[in-house]
Amino acid sequence: MRLFDLSLRYKMPLWGGGLILATALALSASFMLQAWDNLHHDLQKNAEDLGRITARALFPVMLHDEVWQAFEVVSLPFVANPETALTESLVVFDNQQRVYVSSNSHEHTLLQPMASLDPEFAALSSELPMAPDAPVHVRDAGDAQHIYVALPVAADGVRLGTVVVAYHKSLLWQRFSQLLLNAIGITLLVLGVLLPISAYWGRRMMRPMQWITERIRHIGDPDMTAIDPALYPYRDEVGLLYRAYADMHARLQEKAVLEKEMVKSERMAAVGRLTASIAHEINNPLGGMLNTLSTLKRYGNPDPVLQKSVSLLERGLSQVRDTVAALLVEAKVKSRPLSPTDLDDVRILVGHAGKKHATHLAWRVDLPNEVPLPSTLVRQVLINLLLNAISAAGQHGHVSLKVSASEQHLLIVVENDGQSLSPEQLNRLFEPFTQFSDSGNGLGLWICYQIVTQMGGTIQAQSDTVLTRFTVNLPCNSPENT
Amino acid sequence: MSKLLRIFITIGWLLAMCLPSQGQTADQTIRIAMTPAFLHDQHAMLAEWRSYLQQHTKRPVEFIQRDRYRETIDLLQQQKVDFAWVCDYPYLVLKNDVKLLAVALHEGKPYYQAYLIVPASDTKTRSIVDLKGSIFAFADPYSNTGYLSPRFEVKRSGADPATFFKRTFFTWSHRKVIDAVASGVAQGASVDSYVWESLAKVRPDITAKTRIAWKSEPYGFPPMVAQRNVSAADFALMQGVLMDMQNNAQGLALLKRLNLDGFIKGSPKLYDGVAEMMRQFGEP
Repeated sequence: MRLFDLSLRYKMPLWGGGLILATALALSASFMLQAWDNLHHDLQKNAEDLGRITARALFPVMLHDEVWQAFEVVSLPFVANPETALTESLVVFDNQQRVYVSSNSHEHTLLQPMASLDPEFAALSSELPMAPDAPVHVRDAGDAQHIYVALPVAADGVRLGTVVVAYHKSLLWQRFSQLLLNAIGITLLVLGVLLPISAYWGRRMMRPMQWITERIRHIGDPDMTAIDPALYPYRDEVGLLYRAYADMHARLQEKAVLEKEMVKSERMAAVGRLTASIAHEINNPLGGMLNTLSTLKRYGNPDPVLQKSVSLLERGLSQVRDTVAALLVEAKVKSRPLSPTDLDDVRILVGHAGKKHATHLAWRVDLPNEVPLPSTLVRQVLINLLLNAISAAGQHGHVSLKVSASEQHLLIVVENDGQSLSPEQLNRLFEPFTQFSDSGNGLGLWICYQIVTQMGGTIQAQSDTVLTRFTVNLPCNSPENT
Repeated sequence: MSKLLRIFITIGWLLAMCLPSQGQTADQTIRIAMTPAFLHDQHAMLAEWRSYLQQHTKRPVEFIQRDRYRETIDLLQQQKVDFAWVCDYPYLVLKNDVKLLAVALHEGKPYYQAYLIVPASDTKTRSIVDLKGSIFAFADPYSNTGYLSPRFEVKRSGADPATFFKRTFFTWSHRKVIDAVASGVAQGASVDSYVWESLAKVRPDITAKTRIAWKSEPYGFPPMVAQRNVSAADFALMQGVLMDMQNNAQGLALLKRLNLDGFIKGSPKLYDGVAEMMRQFGEP
């Protein structure tokens, strides 16, 4: 796996952390460079100040040749901090460049010539200006271990000697390393705070992207779920992405439902056409056959065996004719308009079945005097749906009918609390010869479907754990019904 | 009315005349000059000693500290102090101006020595003769052990004390003479044995940096002297208080901190040896 293939969840904090790290390092490095320069300058400045103060204090002391007091003056800066004496020393020379007194008397013996102390002092000795008003002389040779700051001990144009502040370059490094340690400490502290924040923000920023990516990856899956808008309530680019996704998801759902419906109605139409053509093909010869049998019965051989066979044939063919007639739902029947009395008739007609199953029948009919719909067909639909419902509700079941009419629609809702229908059953509910109960020929709902669709209406079935509901919606002024 | 007022004024005038003469003896401050003849930088101890003396003399006591013996000599000659603890050399210089008040006992005896000290790193020096051409620290030109005695030893060896050393300087205190050798500024010095021994008790780290190369014969211990005009009563009072120090606990504790055992009256004869050395240098 390459670095650039890493999840943004890791890449964002990594890049952020890298940038923070680079910034911290760059800043620290520049600060440290500056600090080194400052330190160098400060140290030299301090040495100069120390030399200047010491030179001033030394003048009267040297004038009175008080060696011991001179020693007390030069050793004073090291009394409080004896360790500094290891890296720094104050040496006073007389005008012959011999040691007058030194804070480090163990190494610089009194009256020892400067040139004989060590090569560095020898070099200083050769270049030291000896004029009474000589300025501060600084010797900072690259190869030398010490930095020397020399000042004349002079007053009023009289020079008594020279004071030299010598400090080891390790002092510079020692102080710098303290600064460096502090800087590293602070940098680490800042990184310790910033890096987790960067990691947290990176991950937090990428989490909604991760969620949406997961959804988009599974966009074709049937179990694709809608996105919760509360998951990302902001209106930035990611928020727009979330909304676009939700929009797309809704449209896809809609399309899927539409496709399903279309497939279903096309299938139903195909089945209808096939059924009708077969029924017609059967119906034509059937009429002839039944006529022939009638003639044969009336004028043929009165042999009882023959007569018995003919009767048998006639009954069989009659059944075929009934079945075919049932398949050939003809909605273009002229009939009187639907009136409330038709509903009363329907109640009486299904009453017997209801009594048999001890069904609790709830009847809520709200009809004006007349509805411009063919009463025969509506009665057929009502009876079929109610008988199915009573049968499905079982013993002591509950069945309810709601009929309401408006200017444009007649709405029929039939509910029962029997066993619910599976999605599989719901899918094939209106196909002919689909039997869900032991009784019946599996044509009841087919007939309902044919009648309703031919009248320009819709019929829908819903089923959940409590209720199974059939909803019929019929347009009152459809051209088919006038 | 005016008669009564006159009487009051007279009484008041009489009282005003009497009071200062009363205070002349009772409240007059006893001034004592302290010199570097001992560890005079132990300020807490000095404050306690002062309050002890105040308590026992029932008089205010003032300590006047001067580093240079010459200043103390001046103070005594100008009668600005009543008593002084000086080195034996100034005592002899001031012989006509002061009276011997008391002599301290160090390790039970009224004597001390000059120690010739060198840095601890110098393991060869056995006598002052070995220090020819060195850097030498003196305490004070009026110090016996810190100036007179080492020069006397040089002279005794047949050399000229003026040119014997490469460089000499004064530190104006025995304590600082030890510092000079310990810090390496001086390669040798002569120091009061009492000061060195006392410092060895309080700051052994400093004395450890020095080595005693030679010890002189005993000299009379630096005496407490009284300026010649001090009244006999004050003289007796002060002498009594000093000599009584070893008889009470507080006095004993102070003596212990001074690294002393007590005070005796002493005798000018103790200083005959020093007087002889002085004579050799042409001093009376």
